[in-house]
Amino acid sequence: MSAPSPVELDEPVTDDLTQLATPWVTIVWNDPVNLMSYVTFVFTTYFGYSRKKAEKLMLEVHNDGRSVVSTGSREEMERDVQAMHEYGLWATMQKADAP
Amino acid sequence: MSGFTRHRKSGAAVTTFTAFEADLLRSLAGQLIELLRNESATEEIASDDLEDLLDFSGPTREPEDPVLARLFPTAYPEDEDAAAEFRRYTEADLRNGKAAGAATVIDTLEDAGLPAEPQDGLFIDVELDPATALTWLRSFTDMRLAIATRLGIEEGDEEFWYSLPDDDPRAQVHDIYDWVGYLQETLVRAVGG
Repeated sequence: MSAPSPVELDEPVTDDLTQLATPWVTIVWNDPVNLMSYVTFVFTTYFGYSRKKAEKLMLEVHNDGRSVVSTGSREEMERDVQAMHEYGLWATMQKADAP
Repeated sequence: MSGFTRHRKSGAAVTTFTAFEADLLRSLAGQLIELLRNESATEEIASDDLEDLLDFSGPTREPEDPVLARLFPTAYPEDEDAAAEFRRYTEADLRNGKAAGAATVIDTLEDAGLPAEPQDGLFIDVELDPATALTWLRSFTDMRLAIATRLGIEEGDEEFWYSLPDDDPRAQVHDIYDWVGYLQETLVRAVGG
């Protein structure tokens, strides 16, 4: 789980304005219904993550109950949360520095 | 019972349903559409404020039905106002998208030859291109979330469901839930997930 992944895409290229503001995060929560294979599929399909990274995030959701799956501006995270709801995943958003 | 496989030449996801299975899927998709249309996506406003009364752009409160509440979770758990705004701008689109997805499932089955009154001995060959397969995957998720919420399925409770007598209606519904999960698992694999 803590092994370094060669592809780390969670820091998108942002402009100066975005970097000044506190970033937001999209969190996906564990649920008893969604299949591990499907959750991995959603992370590769929607976010374009490598299979390795998608599986790592899926396992975090499964084992820890939640995982931060994307980081960015508030507008970007609203798009991601809406997309996760389209896929039937339970997603919420908050400021990155929130507990 | 057979799941999806990838057709080597076309890359399409293919399977063959019995008429009974195809009819069951059509019925689940139909119930999903009914549920999505049933509880209004807008709401009664308990206010006589002119601005509130004229605002029917979208719902701001979590749906009362637990299935709908699961399909449309609250995006900002710690911020009621932001959650209401998010819901106002997204829930109607999400509802329409999910209903359209379920309608695609029905259309695919009927285009593949599922009649209004299916007879025994009829088989329905289904072939899904990548875009349609994605729609089916999402709709399988919505169906499974709906059934799981109605049954009260929780993490790691498989033993309970398998211990129920065969004639318990909950056991029969759980079998359908498992079957849709099997279809979804094989479809994920067939599209290369």
